[in-house]
Amino acid sequence: MFEFSPSDWQAMLLSLQVALSATALSLPFGFFAAYLLVFTRLPGKALFDGIVNLPLVLPPVVVGYLLLLLLGNRGPLGGWLSAMGIQIIFTWKAAVIASMVVGFPLLVRSIRLGMESIDEKLIQAASTLGAPWYDTLMTVILPLSGRALLAGATLMFARSLGEFGATIIIAGNIPGVTQTIPLAIYDYTSTPGGDRMALGLCAVSVTLALAVLLFNEGVINRIRKRGER
Amino acid sequence: MKLDVDLEKRFGSFHWSAGFSVEGERVGVFGPSGSGKSTLMHMLAGLLKPDSGSIYLDGEPLFDVGRRVNLSPQKRRIGVVFQQAHLFPHLGVERNLLFGYNRLPKEERKVDPAALVPVLGLEPLMGRSVTTLSGGERQRVALGRTLLSSPRLILMDEPLTGLDAERKYQIIPYLKKVFAEFGIPLLFISHSLNEMRLMTEQVLELTQGKLSAQISADALALRRMGSTPDGFTNLMELRAPQVNDGLASCRWGEQEVILSGVNDPTAGMYALSSKDITLFKRHPEATSARNLFRCKVVRLFAAGRRTGVELDCQGQRLVSQVVADAARDLELVAGGDVVAVIKASAFRRLY
Repeated sequence: MFEFSPSDWQAMLLSLQVALSATALSLPFGFFAAYLLVFTRLPGKALFDGIVNLPLVLPPVVVGYLLLLLLGNRGPLGGWLSAMGIQIIFTWKAAVIASMVVGFPLLVRSIRLGMESIDEKLIQAASTLGAPWYDTLMTVILPLSGRALLAGATLMFARSLGEFGATIIIAGNIPGVTQTIPLAIYDYTSTPGGDRMALGLCAVSVTLALAVLLFNEGVINRIRKRGER
Repeated sequence: MKLDVDLEKRFGSFHWSAGFSVEGERVGVFGPSGSGKSTLMHMLAGLLKPDSGSIYLDGEPLFDVGRRVNLSPQKRRIGVVFQQAHLFPHLGVERNLLFGYNRLPKEERKVDPAALVPVLGLEPLMGRSVTTLSGGERQRVALGRTLLSSPRLILMDEPLTGLDAERKYQIIPYLKKVFAEFGIPLLFISHSLNEMRLMTEQVLELTQGKLSAQISADALALRRMGSTPDGFTNLMELRAPQVNDGLASCRWGEQEVILSGVNDPTAGMYALSSKDITLFKRHPEATSARNLFRCKVVRLFAAGRRTGVELDCQGQRLVSQVVADAARDLELVAGGDVVAVIKASAFRRLY
């Protein structure tokens, strides 16, 4: 079977840490973005929809480079953050941000799917019963989007585990600091004799991704059934 | 309740343009599907924004383009009972009922849940999941939920349409009792004349987005008598049921009505079609029909190709219909005497 070096274990742990953090941090934003897209008549909604979905079709390297421009020490946000003593670039936080941006469209799409299956009349009923929009959001839309949130979160988690292009640009490939599974595999494949080690990590990647996707499929099927009922 | 409405709304080829001023506790909105009933309801509740015009409830603007007023649905305090109950599927019966109530400041809570639950017969449903309820039960919970939010006005959009005929009429006494007991005005939207007559005092009739009449439900039913195959439905409140020699009978005003096919007669509202009343010039000495009433002709009116005959049966009103030839043969004139003959099987119990 496969053997894993200590740095492989570190990469696996870091991958889980990055994917979990990115998913958890994105959930509230994803939920709110999906709410804006499904339930409101925002001016410029088509543009907003486009921006949310952009990372899905943009090369991740481009996303990474744009993030580097934004968060780099001379970037508009990075300069301000470094003045406050916060360093993002080339730390594991940068990997989290890269995963958040790249996985966000998948998260929003899944939540949208669930929200669109909510009967609009329920929202209307809540408002005629005196609930303001934020109340309806928390007491009607959120509980009825539960499964969609779970589906979106698993998909985003899987995407984050595999994130490479944007991560290598803004987080680098520093073993033990920012090296996640895909980056470690990249290292092995460019090292003579690293094939076997690369294969081991590939197997881990495939197993994790498959497990998450199966789980996701199960959740989506249950949402569909609810829609038919 | 006083409601002043003057609104315009266009979508596609549909154009809603009507104004009315109506005062009363139970007002109906009648019209065929596509006449704009639901559009009106959605605009009143704030769920659909009119293009222009105004809505005033008891003198207070809910919407007024000129004054730039457009209250949100939750600020209008207008309760809506939709055609389907639209209960929150993730909440149980109790939390559905209290959804609006819990969001209301204490001093504005007019309806006490403890008083409402028995009136709507909801005790056996408490603690249940809403997904296990029948159509009628769901509709009663939806009504309870709306009432408990203590609205200034309740809009009911075809609330009985999804129910089968028997349940439909069973829920009407509940409705009447509730609206009388808690004093909340009602705007009742329906395409059923019978529901209109049982539930409302006056009716706004809509045709293709325009107001075509503002009359009593009864007058509307009389006017439409000629165009419906069922004729006019006489609504008769029968009292004091009893059984003598195997024949069930009830009191109808001062008179006795024999009912057949009813083993266990109960007091309540019965329906009798104008088609089931046969008129005789003189008292027929023998007939198989069990009910013979001496009546005076109040008036004759055109009802499509037939003639409608309004009768006064010792203080009770009855509407019959005859073909033109029969009207001539019977020499029907206002003030004349006539005998109305009705089969015992012609009465249909509503509730």
